[in-house]
Amino acid sequence: LYLLTATLLLVIGLFGLLTHPHLLKKLLGLNIMAAGIFLLLVAVADRGATPDPVPHALVLTGIVVSVSATAFGVALAIRLYRVTGRTDLDGDGEDNP
Amino acid sequence: VIAAMTADPEVLLVAVPLLGAVASFLLGPRGRGLVVAVVSLLTAVATWLLLARVAGTGAYTQALGGWEAPLGIVWRIDGLAAVMALLNTLVGLPVNLYALAYFRGGAVNGEKARHFWPLWLLLWGALYALFFSGDLFNMYVTLELTGLSAVALIALSGKAGALRGAMRYLLLALGASLLYLGGVAVLYAAYGVLDAASLAAAITPGRPASLALGLISVGLLIKAALFPFHFWLPPAHANAPSPVSAVLSALVVKGGFYLLLRLLTDVFPAAMTMPLYHGLGWLGAGAIVWGSVLALRQQRLKLLIAYSTVAQLGYLFLLFPLVLREGSGLEGAASRAWAGGVYHALAHGLAKASLFLAAGVLIHARGDDRMEGLRGLGARLPMTATAMALAGISLMGIPPGAGFIAKWLLLTTAVATGAWGWAAVMIAGGLFAVGYLFRIYRRLLTEPSGGEDAAATFHTPPRSMEMAALMLALLAILFGLSAMPVFSVLAEGAPALFRIYLEGTP
Repeated sequence: LYLLTATLLLVIGLFGLLTHPHLLKKLLGLNIMAAGIFLLLVAVADRGATPDPVPHALVLTGIVVSVSATAFGVALAIRLYRVTGRTDLDGDGEDNP
Repeated sequence: VIAAMTADPEVLLVAVPLLGAVASFLLGPRGRGLVVAVVSLLTAVATWLLLARVAGTGAYTQALGGWEAPLGIVWRIDGLAAVMALLNTLVGLPVNLYALAYFRGGAVNGEKARHFWPLWLLLWGALYALFFSGDLFNMYVTLELTGLSAVALIALSGKAGALRGAMRYLLLALGASLLYLGGVAVLYAAYGVLDAASLAAAITPGRPASLALGLISVGLLIKAALFPFHFWLPPAHANAPSPVSAVLSALVVKGGFYLLLRLLTDVFPAAMTMPLYHGLGWLGAGAIVWGSVLALRQQRLKLLIAYSTVAQLGYLFLLFPLVLREGSGLEGAASRAWAGGVYHALAHGLAKASLFLAAGVLIHARGDDRMEGLRGLGARLPMTATAMALAGISLMGIPPGAGFIAKWLLLTTAVATGAWGWAAVMIAGGLFAVGYLFRIYRRLLTEPSGGEDAAATFHTPPRSMEMAALMLALLAILFGLSAMPVFSVLAEGAPALFRIYLEGTP
């Protein structure tokens, strides 16, 4: 069940990343992908009598990385919006005479 | 301190740039020159010690903080890691010299420099850590570190084009590392270990291995910008400040390639299939042709060099199908291809860094990087023109460039084992390189046509910027004159199949 949900989240996130032009939606897509992978890792930990600590450590590190990456992505998106007035990546060439 | 240094040069290589990043952030402009000088000196010494140790006593592992695998972080330093660390140092030092001058003067530059140094030193340290990583999760962390700091460096100029390039790179890099992490999760689920050495022993062909292999390969191919995943590279590399472009093209894409090479040849051989090796070769061939054709069409200098990176990265991936030719007419074919591929990574890193730094000098002189603006600069900046010519020799694969040795190894392997298709692609790629590089030289070395052009803007660039570009170009030639020391280091700890050629030479 966990595996199924994890895969589903991964696919939804990837789909969002690829299809939505809006940058925030792309970042959200990435976060959904990350959630899928973390769920997969947590599900992996559940085997045998005691939970396996290694995947938990991995997930914690992964969450830290994911949070900082998202913050950075949002900051970059804001900056891009201020400079170009757009929230997507179209419009190459407008500023390259 | 000295005792600690000789004992663990690899720890120093990662720690010194990271501490330097913090120090340059805290100290501000006044202490910056000192910090950079100290960091440069220590990394140079540590790299030397590292090479000496690997050459002397062979590959070894370093368990950080005394924690052993599987719970602790274990670094594995073998010949391949040492050679990549050498490349990192050799590119990093001239970039330091160059960037000190590049970001000097002006309030805007001061602001940029304040952000550049911590980010670049962070990236530098993360790259060392990436090359030393011995387990798959640590590779993920270092991959993210390099990716994030690289994105921030691209965005440094704050112009719309740079921001867009950075954003596109960020989205792809994050997506790619998540795919990689997904692959790692699958591996852990199936085998319960993440340490590269234990995993290599545990892995068996089957569905989990194939799934993980697929996820990890796609993730790393995006990072390594192999055709058809190259589309993010030219806008990102061409819009970054020149010292950043040099580092990105020379080092950061090599990080993805290095992990892929390491994982596919060390960890996954049991799960690899013939079509996969050939597929990587086809993608490499596609990259050579497509990147070269686009490089021929560019009107801006830095975009041309960036597309040339796409093409040259293709060569790296030709080593995968050639490794398979073992036993078809040439003893040690696999090891020749492997050594050629790694040497190409080294040669391309040096030459491409030199080209980008030289391009930065030309941009400084003219104010922009349109191809047409280059006319007449060769006569005014002979040192930079020389650097570009020497780097080009290595890139085109003409002796005595380092690129010649790499391509010679790959090409002779392909010919001797009857792989004519791959050989043809390599020769075509060399001709293409001559074609697009001469587009630069033709303009550099001709006088401007009209009288007005002669009066075009010209700012004399700082001497040290020119020198840094020339240093890298000279290194690219130096490694063409003498490859044996590198090969003898490379042989340490390499898989047995790849040692045949390396150890057959004195």
